[in-house]
Amino acid sequence: MTQKMSKFKSLKKTTKVDFATYLGVIVVFAAVSALQSGGSLTRSAIGLLVPICCYMSMAVSLNLTVGILGELSLGHAGFMSVGAFTGIVVSQSLLDSVTSAPVRLAIAMVVGAIFAAIVGLLIGTPVLRLQGDYLAIVTLAFGEIIKELINCLIIGHDENGLHFIFNPAGNKTVDDLGLSATGTAIIKGAQGATGTATIATFTAGFILVMITLIVVLNLTRSRAGRAIMAIRDNRIAAQAIGLNLTKYKLMAFVTSAALAGAAGALYGLNYSSLQATKFNFNLSILILVFVVLGGLGNIWGSLIAAAALTILPEALRQFADFRMLIYAIVLIFVMLATNNPQAKAFFQRLLPHRRASAEKED
Amino acid sequence: MEFLSYLISGISLGSVYAIIALGYTMVYGIAKMLNFAHGDVIMIGGYISFCAMFYLGLPNIVAVLLAVIVCTVLGVVIERLAYKPLRSAPSLAVLITAIGVSYFLQNSALLIWKAAARVYPPVVEGSIQLFGGRLTVSYVSLLTIAACVVIMIGLTAFVNKSKMGKAMRACSEDKAAAQLMGINVNATISATFAIGSALAAIAGVLLCSFNTSLMPTTGSMPGIKAFTAAVFGGIGSIPGAFLGGLLLGVIEAMAKAYISTNLANSIVFAVLIVVLLVKPAGLLGKSVTEKV
Repeated sequence: MTQKMSKFKSLKKTTKVDFATYLGVIVVFAAVSALQSGGSLTRSAIGLLVPICCYMSMAVSLNLTVGILGELSLGHAGFMSVGAFTGIVVSQSLLDSVTSAPVRLAIAMVVGAIFAAIVGLLIGTPVLRLQGDYLAIVTLAFGEIIKELINCLIIGHDENGLHFIFNPAGNKTVDDLGLSATGTAIIKGAQGATGTATIATFTAGFILVMITLIVVLNLTRSRAGRAIMAIRDNRIAAQAIGLNLTKYKLMAFVTSAALAGAAGALYGLNYSSLQATKFNFNLSILILVFVVLGGLGNIWGSLIAAAALTILPEALRQFADFRMLIYAIVLIFVMLATNNPQAKAFFQRLLPHRRASAEKED
Repeated sequence: MEFLSYLISGISLGSVYAIIALGYTMVYGIAKMLNFAHGDVIMIGGYISFCAMFYLGLPNIVAVLLAVIVCTVLGVVIERLAYKPLRSAPSLAVLITAIGVSYFLQNSALLIWKAAARVYPPVVEGSIQLFGGRLTVSYVSLLTIAACVVIMIGLTAFVNKSKMGKAMRACSEDKAAAQLMGINVNATISATFAIGSALAAIAGVLLCSFNTSLMPTTGSMPGIKAFTAAVFGGIGSIPGAFLGGLLLGVIEAMAKAYISTNLANSIVFAVLIVVLLVKPAGLLGKSVTEKV
């Protein structure tokens, strides 16, 4: 026992934090599952479980781009969208051949992740040459383009396989697909995906969050992760010591896109009807808010911010019309309180032990 | 003739984008922040002028002036309360605060004026017929284009000639050095926000006249597009914002007319991406060489 304890003590601090993160997520999952099976969660709370898991995963993956790689991305919802609609198409077309819902969900999420990764690679290769606000505006542009392209897609499935129509003029309908009598339309242009079998579960959400954490934390602590952070901290110095900038930037960007794709697939399969306009600029911004509020590069913070800010508008439902106003005010005040020098000093006076630790850091 | 009419509608939409982009670019040049709330100040300007015209029955020109005054004050108040305390904070924190302000304005408008779209009649009625009636150009289009050109010239003269303009340019280059030269940096930044917001109010009136409708989310997409226009032309550059706005408007109108209505925004953004890949600092932006 004592040997084990000393082994734990000899672990690096980062490793301890990582294990604490995994453990924390597992404990919360167990607690929420217990509450759910005990019947003490309301219907609306249960409805929030899967989206919260998706948002957590989105926030952690965006943190990889914004916090660890240090590049502002405003189009993260675009990757989620790619994952969501790929996942829906895969799951709906495998309805008969793969009868087990969890297996189908897993396949859909993996394919969603792969497609999002491919799109991430296509976008990242030219775009990561840009920097700062220019990179941000181009990711924003890509997010909007993906949204409009998916809005123009009509996809159906019958025994001959998948049928696609690209419908930019908006004059074609599902009838133009040429489906056989047994075929079904999966994505109907601007109407989006309707009649999707909802197979997403909280357990799948938990597994998704765990996989995201394992991937992101391991990448961050690896040699590649240190290279990525070196690029963030000083690009020129990193280049001077021989790091391949494009390779490491793409590694972080594509990993982030793939995880967003998996989260998107789960999200898409949680709703029977879903439109591409759901994944708009505001969603990208919402996820960015999770990341910044949780702290850049802080994985723990992303998880908590994602959960808290998804629950907050629901918890404020009793204020009806005022809830988004309150949300906005809370957001502004939190940003002011955590970033204003005077406010910081004020909070440090209130909490003496934090003052001590802050002084130690200095 | 058809082409000419699309071109004029594109230029007039582009002029609105250009006016918004000028506000964006001024604020960015000096405060080095993306003011995401800018699009919502436009919307507030639209509502103020709407209310002044319909509930108070004021003449149009007075309504526009009232909107300009309210938005100027609003811009300065936002800067004081939300952005000034974060002068030394990381830029992402300021960005999120700006997003918070944007949500705040949108939801306040939602509470005050409700979600339903209002019909916004153009500030000037009528149109002129050219080429024997084959080409109709509305007075609003002409007014928009004229306003944009006047604002662009006025702003360039102000920034290059006036003492305040000189202070603005100094602040945008180096705040600390500007302060040492006796420039009141905070007052300069406030003045920039005031000008940007006044422009937003004018843009709001013109945008609503152009679209003939008004709702709490009216400002967000034009805000994003104008931001794109500012980056397109080279952010921080006044002629760049003008050029970027005009080009964006024309590309959008042409894409809508000849390619696809559904993909118009995609085409605009695709052109932006290509331009940025070829000229990473935008069309008229200065590319800064890095010193090691």
